[in-house]
Amino acid sequence: MSPADEAKREIPADERIEMLRTMRRIREFESVVQNKFADAEIPGFLHLYIGQEAIATGVCHALEEKDYLTSTHRGHGHCIARGLDTDRMAAELYGKETGYCNGKGGSMHIADVEAGMLGANGIVAGGIPIATGAALSAKMRDTDEVAVSFFGDGALSEGAFHESFNQAAIWELPLIGVIENNQYGEMTGLDEQHPPSTLDDLTIYGEPYGVHRERIDGMDVEEVYRTAMEAVERARNGGGPTLIECVAYRFEGHHEGDSQFYRPEGELDEWKQRDPLLTYPEKLVDEGVITEAEYVDMEEGIETEIQEAIEFARESPLPDPEQAYEGLYAEGGEGA
Amino acid sequence: MSTATSGTEEMAVRDVINQALGEEMERDERVYIQGIDVNGRGGTSNILKGLDERFGDERVRNTPISEVSIVGSALGAAATGMRPVVEIMYCGFLGVAGDQLLNQVAKMRYMFGGKLDLPLTIRTKNVMGANAAAQHSQALHHWLAAIPGLKVVCTSTPADTKGLLKAAVRSNDPVMVFEHGGVYNRKGEVPTEDYVYEIGEAAVERPGEDVTVVATQNQLWNAFEAADRVDDVSVEVVSPRTISPLDTETIAESARKTGRCVVVDDTPLSYGTQSQFATTIYENAFFDLDFPVQRIGVNDVPTPFSPSLEDEVIPDTDDIADAIRKLA
Ligand SMILES: Cc1ncc(C[n+]2csc(CCOP(=O)(O)OP(=O)(O)O)c2C)c(N)n1
Ligand SMILES: [Mg+2]
Repeated sequence: MSPADEAKREIPADERIEMLRTMRRIREFESVVQNKFADAEIPGFLHLYIGQEAIATGVCHALEEKDYLTSTHRGHGHCIARGLDTDRMAAELYGKETGYCNGKGGSMHIADVEAGMLGANGIVAGGIPIATGAALSAKMRDTDEVAVSFFGDGALSEGAFHESFNQAAIWELPLIGVIENNQYGEMTGLDEQHPPSTLDDLTIYGEPYGVHRERIDGMDVEEVYRTAMEAVERARNGGGPTLIECVAYRFEGHHEGDSQFYRPEGELDEWKQRDPLLTYPEKLVDEGVITEAEYVDMEEGIETEIQEAIEFARESPLPDPEQAYEGLYAEGGEGA
Repeated sequence: MSTATSGTEEMAVRDVINQALGEEMERDERVYIQGIDVNGRGGTSNILKGLDERFGDERVRNTPISEVSIVGSALGAAATGMRPVVEIMYCGFLGVAGDQLLNQVAKMRYMFGGKLDLPLTIRTKNVMGANAAAQHSQALHHWLAAIPGLKVVCTSTPADTKGLLKAAVRSNDPVMVFEHGGVYNRKGEVPTEDYVYEIGEAAVERPGEDVTVVATQNQLWNAFEAADRVDDVSVEVVSPRTISPLDTETIAESARKTGRCVVVDDTPLSYGTQSQFATTIYENAFFDLDFPVQRIGVNDVPTPFSPSLEDEVIPDTDDIADAIRKLA
């Protein structure tokens, strides 16, 4: 039985608990850094992933270590789901030397290339061609690695999306595009950014390229996981690109400081009833996968982890100013 | 300045932009705005707030996140009777619109034998010193100024913001207006009357005798501060206002007078505007110079995120004051 079929049948209890833990870790990390940002401990911009945890979690749990991903300005969830350490992530947000990018990148640019995490990105759609390239390289190197690109509904308006998917389709690359439809691009609703003919199914943008398309509930981590497993399996076996739309909602502002004037009354509350961090723990408790006490333990452990991550960030040194001039070019190698 | 002074009013740069665009939209109904979140949010720095209600959704148009088409469709509209004012949220996003800027906007008129007007204004902002990291923290006016066919202005003060922005909107050529996130809340006296500053004219913002400082945007304000600090030296502060075409004569005249020049800008030192300013001085004031021109800028790295690193790479008042003292 292929892994995809297996996943379809039943997700093992330990996998489900792992997914719950990942979502909870993302939520905790985001909630804590939100407070630290409000306290002016964290400089720069902050785009939170709260509400969308099921997407990064479900997709990344379907990946193997050898696979690649690219992320967005809203990238913390992808990093955590990929297995990056919250202490080095926090340190990067604080601009510290111990951060993933030694303080050069900050919230919008966390990357861990060794872990296949090819970076959060401050340019909307900027990661899609890069993931396409990783998929190309995987194919040219004759591996069965796949590349996943996370991007928002807004990114579908950029040429970079269309150019990449066209190319990936022609070359049958192992590329999986994950559209995180959180209903807004910044402060502008979907219906002002895309024509009516697309709104019921944003994967329609992949139709002319002939890629596989799935539109799913982005608040349901298991549906995300199953769909991603199928796409990964297909890509690994030379079946070409997939475009998945995960329908979800962003619970916080576009970035911290956003007044959120554009939300219709009641919309947020309605979506919050489907909060994966309400529904999924409930489901797992109901099904006897985890007890309430175990979940409370898990939460406490996660709170401690994130507190320690923040402490690590706080106590780490700022980079020495001279480091500003390091790391721009390769050292060594021929011709340099 | 094209008219005599009447009254003045103290205003912040951000409010000047809103007011000037509102006045231009009143004055000419072909003027309209397009960009990401310009309607509702009022653009990336909330500067355009209220223009949507005054002029309606037709004239304050939210675009999809599509910089190629934001710039390109404005060019097409400009070629066919409209006078678009485009907002590109951060200057780094100009990169996405690269072909439209480089091959279309800049070249269309010339390639077609000079036969069409392209009244297109592209507003964007340089951001430095906001811990926004390399993609959002850039100054790129030098990059666009290197393309013949684009007029490039840098706004710095409330008064020049009004004069230059109005000039850009009324110009029949494409004008890139680089604002700077670091000066939006700077205040100053602004003439209440309607006026334009000629594109291509620099200004002596503060007259002096001993050392010339040529500075743009945030660095202009730092230059004022540095001039105050070194009170034993008489510093002349020159604002180029337009980067392309550069007013070589105003800069050279100051250089001939003082013989000692500092040029400072947020662009990288290699191929940044400092080089153009310095060359202008060497070519036109060589025999009056007592010292080599001192260039201050970013030492050829992208802008790092961490405050300790960003502070290191971005020029500040100390750097300017030190350079002045070195020459004086
Ligand atoms: C090329 C480019 N244009 C504009 C922006 C400014 N910007 C940052 S996030 C964003 C909205 C993106 O919307 P979406 O892709 O739906 O992602 P979401 O923020 O909803 O997660 C915009 C317009 C940018 N970063 N890059
Ligand atoms: Mg979105």
